[in-house]
Amino acid sequence: MLPSKNIFDKIIDWVILIVLLALGLSTLLPLINTLAVSLSAKAAVSGGLVNLWPVGFNLNSYNYIIQDGKFWLAFWVSIKRVVLGGSLNFILAILTAFPLSRGTKEFPIRNILMWFFVAGMVLNVGLVPWFLTINSYNLIDTIWALVIPTALPIWNVIILMNYFRGIPKELDEAARMDGANPWQILWHIYLPISLPAMATITLFSVVGHWNSFFDGLILMNNPDNYPLQTYIQQLVIAERSVLNGGQAILLSKLSNNTLNAAKLFIAMLPILIVYPMLQRYFIRGLTLGAVKE
Amino acid sequence: MFKKTDTAWYSLMMLPGVILLIAFTYVPLFYSVIAFQKFNPALGIQNSPWVGLDNFLLLFRIPDARVVFTNTLFIASMKIILLEIVAIIFALLLNEMRSMGAKKAIQTMVYLPHFLSWVILAGILRSILARGGLLNDFLFIFGIKPIYFLGNPQVFPWVLIGSEVWKEFGFEAIIYLAALTAINPSLYEAAEMDGANRFQKMRYISIPGIAPTIILLASLGIGNVLSAGFDQIFNLYSPIVYTSGDIIDTYVYRVGLIQGQYSIGTAVGLLKTVVSLILIGISYLLANKFANYRIF
Repeated sequence: MLPSKNIFDKIIDWVILIVLLALGLSTLLPLINTLAVSLSAKAAVSGGLVNLWPVGFNLNSYNYIIQDGKFWLAFWVSIKRVVLGGSLNFILAILTAFPLSRGTKEFPIRNILMWFFVAGMVLNVGLVPWFLTINSYNLIDTIWALVIPTALPIWNVIILMNYFRGIPKELDEAARMDGANPWQILWHIYLPISLPAMATITLFSVVGHWNSFFDGLILMNNPDNYPLQTYIQQLVIAERSVLNGGQAILLSKLSNNTLNAAKLFIAMLPILIVYPMLQRYFIRGLTLGAVKE
Repeated sequence: MFKKTDTAWYSLMMLPGVILLIAFTYVPLFYSVIAFQKFNPALGIQNSPWVGLDNFLLLFRIPDARVVFTNTLFIASMKIILLEIVAIIFALLLNEMRSMGAKKAIQTMVYLPHFLSWVILAGILRSILARGGLLNDFLFIFGIKPIYFLGNPQVFPWVLIGSEVWKEFGFEAIIYLAALTAINPSLYEAAEMDGANRFQKMRYISIPGIAPTIILLASLGIGNVLSAGFDQIFNLYSPIVYTSGDIIDTYVYRVGLIQGQYSIGTAVGLLKTVVSLILIGISYLLANKFANYRIF
């Protein structure tokens, strides 16, 4: 090989590295900017001086939020919906995916039910009928409005079903010889060997529950019942400042911008904390649902 | 081998899921009949007057509907096209990198926005895209005058498209990266023996190797052209940019729920569902034909 080619190759390597690094930083810098703004002095922020490093470093906004009852109320609603909603999603995904992963010989109505589910997935009827339905069940303004309508995660069911189908049939045939019923087969054989798939779908639903704001907005009339994302949406985006809880003295030292930045940062903190796990399992999850035939 | 009681077990397991599916998917389907009524919540479905296709005919007459439809189509298809292009380029470039450490670090950075909600990202973008924000400060270095990103109807759709690409390109690239690692390494070795340079390897091995994936994702994208991204637009738009940024889903929310015109909102939603169903059908047929894709 010619030596000049190696130099040319090296230059290309550097160009690629710089382009990719620029793309990478483009996703990271806005987050750093938010953190910097949340830690900066009011004047520096309104003067547009803060970019990637705090100017006039202080913790006023975080001190303020710690005492802000409304913020923690919303945070608590979010925790509740993640725990309740995540558990419901988990149980229903397993209970539904297992029978659907059986053949028609074992479970004759399997195909009919499968079509019933897939039709349900694509027949997305739209917002208004959906709202009227939930309204008619008297779920409005209860935590159940955030977890029951989304309790059946059809997409997770399909992922898990495909995963179950990949498990060698010899395993449950052996268990059947010993007289095990389908519940025992699910509990003692399928669940233990499906842990990676379970972790993946659980993360899917936990992140989904933490991030959703719209159901909170339309299904909760009382702002005290807003989950965190809805609370932030109303405060930061719709600029309904009534949601800010009192404390005028501290507020005079703060600008809305620094306070909002701090709230945004706290709201993404849980995601940042579980991110290493997310990265590992989500990527696996993407190929998990693929049909291997 | 199989016992009769098995079916009972399986049915029992399915029961909660079936009940939920009926309660939250099939019952709303029944509620959609109000698209053919002049629905009044006080009268309920039984007593509200039937109006036939009046609500749909009204939609074809009001100019809003046409604007909203074309906005949706434009924003959604540009998002799909540009997202795939950027993701493919990113995956190809990342595949060329030799340092595993740098590769991992870059992937860690670009996947992150995918997991953050549009509420959070819109909050961040609103401050960064403001007149004195980070982006305008950056553009000022190149002598570009401040751009009113969120208030200029000509710019706004591109803000939506750009920020969607920014949020999702890394994650979208995962599928292409998986396809690239599945390419047999001996193909590259053979090409090197024949004196191929890295561009030739990319052109004749990598790109053909991921072509089925490109076709698959493009086909599946067709089913999404009526969904331009409610969460994102709802958190970034304002009345100034309705002319270019209002989409079907945001329109349904405002007309159907905020203004309380339940029947009109339902009619729009129903139209969208019907057209989407046809498009999803087409997209799965294409995906099945060209890429042997099956969802279940």
